[in-house]
Amino acid sequence: MKRFADLHLRVPLEDPSKAETMIQKASALGYNLIGIPLSPHATREQISQLRHICSEAKVDLATRLNFSPRTPNELLQSLRRLRRKFEIIAVRCHTKDVARQAAKDRRVDLLQFSVTNLRKRFFDEAEAELASQALSSLEIELAPILQLTSFSRVRLLSSLRREAATAERAKVPITLSSGATDEHFMRGPRDYAALTTLFDLPMSSALRALSENPWVTVERNRKKLSPDYVAPGIHVVGRKTGD
Amino acid sequence: MIKREKRRYLALEVVNEQPLNEQTVLDTVQSSVHRLFGEYGASKANLKLIKYTPEKRQFVIRCSHKELEHVRAAIASTTTINGKTGAIHVLGVSGTLKALSKKTTNI
Repeated sequence: MKRFADLHLRVPLEDPSKAETMIQKASALGYNLIGIPLSPHATREQISQLRHICSEAKVDLATRLNFSPRTPNELLQSLRRLRRKFEIIAVRCHTKDVARQAAKDRRVDLLQFSVTNLRKRFFDEAEAELASQALSSLEIELAPILQLTSFSRVRLLSSLRREAATAERAKVPITLSSGATDEHFMRGPRDYAALTTLFDLPMSSALRALSENPWVTVERNRKKLSPDYVAPGIHVVGRKTGD
Repeated sequence: MIKREKRRYLALEVVNEQPLNEQTVLDTVQSSVHRLFGEYGASKANLKLIKYTPEKRQFVIRCSHKELEHVRAAIASTTTINGKTGAIHVLGVSGTLKALSKKTTNI
């Protein structure tokens, strides 16, 4: 049985009751893992409160940080400061320089692009090649497909079709997430998979993008963040206590 | 011999605050299919309302099995029902009504 994940559930942290409703809804829709974006200054209490709500709803929580850097240097500084505090790092690329830097940096997990300004979608062949070497994933949010209407939706679908094909060719993992800010825009994983037929992503790839790909990212990062991690392929298997 | 067209039955649940009748829910699904795939796509989907349970806000529709993913996409893309914000969730899909009722025991 597939374990589904939604790595971008934008719950309103200032409204705990609505946050709880959205988390419970995600669990009812069949998700086993949700990623909630937090502020870089999120306190341990906030995170433990969210973990408590998630454990009550029987869903796993992955802490996530969204960056929107203006320059590659700003991205590097933020990564240096915050990478080890969060399980998922997503970068919204507003310039080509930032997109290239994010794609080649192994500390970046997800690459996001603007859904309204399609000139700022920089996921081309070169970007895909860099991303495939650095294990970054292309994140496609599906709530904007529900929110946009007429020509804006047509243009977005057209861009997504091109990018999904590029990612498949370059073997860049695709991660599908909701990006929902309201429970009305939340859908079950198989419904989201069906929505991807609108930009010609094969059903098997869509299901992988909702289950295996996000889980691989989160599990890899959890291993790296654990105190037993030393380097890629090396981890502490046991410690000898002194007499 | 001409092969009979295969069908799929979908159990759906409406999330919306206002009272609905069966014609409204069918119109909502049909207009979603029409908006996304046009008249040609809507004609291929061959939608039919089978059963509506107003107290549970659940209903069953039938569509062509070849168009299942398109119909599912259209259902998922529904954000307004009768002019008000709402959503439709797929509870289960099956090739026969009997199997569907086994899958979704509460419908």
